[in-house]
Amino acid sequence: MNSLTSYLFIGALLFSVGIFGLFQRRTLIGMLIAIELMLNGASVNFMAFNRFLAPDPIIGQIYTLFIMGIAAAETAIALSIILALFRTIRSINIERARELRG
Amino acid sequence: MNPLQNLVPPENLAQIGFAAVVTVTFMGALIAVLPRNILYNVLGLALSLVGVAGLFLYLGSPFIALMEILIYVGAICISIVFAIMLSRPLHLSLPKRRLPKVGLALGVGLLVFVILGAIIAKTPWRRAPVRSADWSTATLGNYLLTRYDLVFELISLVLLVAILGAIIISGYARRRPS
Repeated sequence: MNSLTSYLFIGALLFSVGIFGLFQRRTLIGMLIAIELMLNGASVNFMAFNRFLAPDPIIGQIYTLFIMGIAAAETAIALSIILALFRTIRSINIERARELRG
Repeated sequence: MNPLQNLVPPENLAQIGFAAVVTVTFMGALIAVLPRNILYNVLGLALSLVGVAGLFLYLGSPFIALMEILIYVGAICISIVFAIMLSRPLHLSLPKRRLPKVGLALGVGLLVFVILGAIIAKTPWRRAPVRSADWSTATLGNYLLTRYDLVFELISLVLLVAILGAIIISGYARRRPS
């Protein structure tokens, strides 16, 4: 409970679950949810290094806040793209979005 | 001394709490990935993020834990729910799940976990020789407005551009004439 490696393994496992979900899903919203899981794995890593190794225990917290801000921006953009795509092709299955396939 | 402390000593209580938080995190992560109903996925994501907020509490920063609940659970999950309701994917036919794809995804996930775990186990982690003991939220705010001011402003700008872009993208999309 109080060691660096246990937190790092938790973060790595969250990241791996996110990668599994990202490759397995075919709806855009499901992939977005998997990406949020991966971002959280990265946040857990930053906070663990901040708690156990860093010279200044503020910097990791600031990084985590920035990750949250980037995640919020990314979610807004992704959801608007999903809505536009749904209005265009009446589906959120990514395999039907093949307009730009060439 | 309250009866709970008689039953379990406080350090065991902390360990039980940690195990509960980790369990909630991974159950939520599995619910977020496995079921095919997209609404269950969002609720699993919210559960997992609450667990991660508990982990942040154990890592010694209640402010970040509260921000996690506020931003992720309160804003991101709710906006995903809104997107689900607006695009009505629940009424559409769900695509069939193809076993080779799931197997391949499981393989890739396991591979990534094994590589990351090997790196974590092999690296000799060294803590910094001098560590400051200042964890307070006041110092956090101080750093945000002095040393990391530029990044703070840039994040604000990115959020503003993202909001404008979201409005434009979802506002000007029209149904394809076909």
